[in-house]
Amino acid sequence: MAEPAVAVMAHHEEEDHGHHGPGGWLKYLWSTDHKVIAMQYMFTGMFMALIGGFMAYVFRMQLAFPGINVPGFGMVSPGEYNALVTNHGTLMIFWVAMPVLLAAFGNYLIPLMVGADDMVFPKINRLSFQIFFLSTIVILASLVVEGGGFAGAWTAYPPLSANETYNLTPLGSTLWVVGVGLEFVAFLLGGINFITTLMNSRAPGMRAFDVPIVVWMIVVASILFMLSVGPLLAGAIMLIFDQTLGTGFFDPATGGDPILWQHLFWFFGHPEVYVVLLPAIGVVAEIITTFARKKLFGYRIVIFTIVATGVLSFFVWAHHQFIAGIDPRMANIFTITTLLISVPIAEMCFVYIATLYGGSIRLTTPMLWALAFIAEFLIGGVTGIFLGAAGADIYFHDTYFVLAHFHYTFFPIAIIGTFAAFTYWFPKMFGKMMDERLGKWHFWLTIIPFNFIFIPLFVLGMGGQHRRIYNYAHFPELAIPWFQNMRIVATVSLLVMLAAQLIFFYNCYKSWRRGRKAPMNPWKANSLEWTTQSPPPHGNWRPDELPVVYRGPYEYSVPDRDDDYWPQNEPDSRGSR
Amino acid sequence: MERVGHFFDDIGLIRIGSSYAADIDFLIILVLVVVGVWFLAAEFVFMYFIVKFREKPGRRADYIDGTNKRHKRWITYPHLAVLVFDVLIVVVSFKVWHKIKIDLPENPDAVIRVIGQQWAWTFQHPGADAELDTPDDIFTIDELHVENGKLYHFKLEALDVLHSFSVPVWRIKQDAIPGRSITGWFQPTMIGEFDVQCTEICGFGHGVMAGKVMVEDPATHSAWIEANTPALLAE
Repeated sequence: MAEPAVAVMAHHEEEDHGHHGPGGWLKYLWSTDHKVIAMQYMFTGMFMALIGGFMAYVFRMQLAFPGINVPGFGMVSPGEYNALVTNHGTLMIFWVAMPVLLAAFGNYLIPLMVGADDMVFPKINRLSFQIFFLSTIVILASLVVEGGGFAGAWTAYPPLSANETYNLTPLGSTLWVVGVGLEFVAFLLGGINFITTLMNSRAPGMRAFDVPIVVWMIVVASILFMLSVGPLLAGAIMLIFDQTLGTGFFDPATGGDPILWQHLFWFFGHPEVYVVLLPAIGVVAEIITTFARKKLFGYRIVIFTIVATGVLSFFVWAHHQFIAGIDPRMANIFTITTLLISVPIAEMCFVYIATLYGGSIRLTTPMLWALAFIAEFLIGGVTGIFLGAAGADIYFHDTYFVLAHFHYTFFPIAIIGTFAAFTYWFPKMFGKMMDERLGKWHFWLTIIPFNFIFIPLFVLGMGGQHRRIYNYAHFPELAIPWFQNMRIVATVSLLVMLAAQLIFFYNCYKSWRRGRKAPMNPWKANSLEWTTQSPPPHGNWRPDELPVVYRGPYEYSVPDRDDDYWPQNEPDSRGSR
Repeated sequence: MERVGHFFDDIGLIRIGSSYAADIDFLIILVLVVVGVWFLAAEFVFMYFIVKFREKPGRRADYIDGTNKRHKRWITYPHLAVLVFDVLIVVVSFKVWHKIKIDLPENPDAVIRVIGQQWAWTFQHPGADAELDTPDDIFTIDELHVENGKLYHFKLEALDVLHSFSVPVWRIKQDAIPGRSITGWFQPTMIGEFDVQCTEICGFGHGVMAGKVMVEDPATHSAWIEANTPALLAE
């Protein structure tokens, strides 16, 4: 108990000193409050999602109606098309999924859910966002410099990415690498905080297995990120040297090896999938237990499976490179590890489905999103098996089948997972209840078009349609009318889905301005963030009211109790622990 | 059993044009069936639970924490079954992978060279003497001529950036890397004109890096060789 109290005092002193000078928005800008930083990450991420979504709109219009003058953009040249798909991928993964799921919700939830007044290192947290913000400016600048944005795919394979005579975007490609590198630094700093805060600042009484799953997930994700990002950062610096100083790390003409980059990239890139997946899975665990009024089925199974997934994720990277020119015998090993990873992930899905068994399910908007995550992610999971089997990957590699597969994983993660978390914690974050009717309209108008975008793309991939082609007219086998009709279906569905997001923004605005005031614990949930007011004050709880924990976070519907929930901080009658 | 591998051809999605295309399609069908059953079962149980366990007045949720062995086996058995099916898929995948990518069939009827560059394919045919790198070699741009039924080895190279040589009807795909020569094989089994794709982004003109392969009967192919042998040698 002593330690948090000291931390709070130190914190308040610092506040007093810091606030002599600038007030107003500068106070907001330099705030070290984890909740403020979380909001900054979230709104930056959502802004970037709008840009990434706009890019998708432009290139999908070009694919459905080749040569069209896209409203709001104009004609799409082949170079622009490549830049659009490249930066759509880059932004959606590094500037949307990462900041929103990992950084925003990690920042917001970890201190509140472990019962701490703030992160362990609030100033590092502030620095983390500032570097992230800088990286955002760099990546946005890379889109508008002379020569245009980087156009060598988000995987940035050299020699194309390393040499301006090949990629024709001298400034864009260098700024792209610098932006991505800065972004990694920002998340490393954030990750330090997540890990140390969980280790050191848990409320008295909170043991390792009393920590909510989402916190575990975010912390494991941060550890995976820290362990995997080093090789890629090194690779990024080598790539910058290749681009600007004329070194030849990745250029065979000067003795380098382009495959080296692929190894460095995917050694990071595959764990990265789990870095963004785990927070989403954690969010879903919180929501389905709350709205099924059920204890999580096999809490420890989930913890062990995420650790197993995390370890395995370091041994699967070359499944992205089966036909890239690696020794073909290596493919055998990576086929085995890749299919093995299906076991813990399948187990995780089973656990969530089993959690619903015997529940008392309330289909609120956040619950709909959480259930949709499971239903849709299953499609993404099972289609991965096709690609993990090296023999089938010969055909599927770099086709729309791959594209549809990873959109069925990343969309549930980054979009469905975010909406689930956002609608679930909205009352806590903004102190207002969201409009359920609008929320459900938004849900259905997002989920249904989403499937109509990507199921046709699976079929096109099966038909041999390869990726990153601005116009299929040059390929007679792919230019047939019913393929083109499928492209149009996908594009029209995308337009519907994008339009449906207006409902979301309107709902946010309306609920924030005129919504019903949120009570402390609107969902009757157990974890600690619901034991403080909505929204929580600076320091989260009054210093003398910091919570003490008596049990795990999923004690719903415990027999012989009047309430069907049992907050973590409520002493039981016998006062044990 | 034989027909299973021809499913995608039969439904008109993608034709079978090489000796190993049906092997890959068979593997894909196998995975489709295995994971399809799992997927449908999981979605069914999931949807059933959502409907069955909707909130009802007066009913309280069960308290099940999943540590009880009787409950836990609902997770352990399916997960062991997943492992068994994984093994099945791995075994078939290995067979296909070895056939196509590891075991190079010996004594090819001809060796060709495929060279990718921004943004065209160059094909080097061995010519009348069936030997590569001799003066009667025939070079073409974006147009590969092969004889139906013959076994070909290819040497895949790139001049500038990464490219990837892909012929969907043959189910062939291999990245081309500057500075390396990668050997592979194919045996066409269907006469016609088919797409050659570049499936690795290679810069501005990636979208127009389209070639075609002409699979010809023996007479047409010999005629083509004769007509295109460099003039100097033909005398």
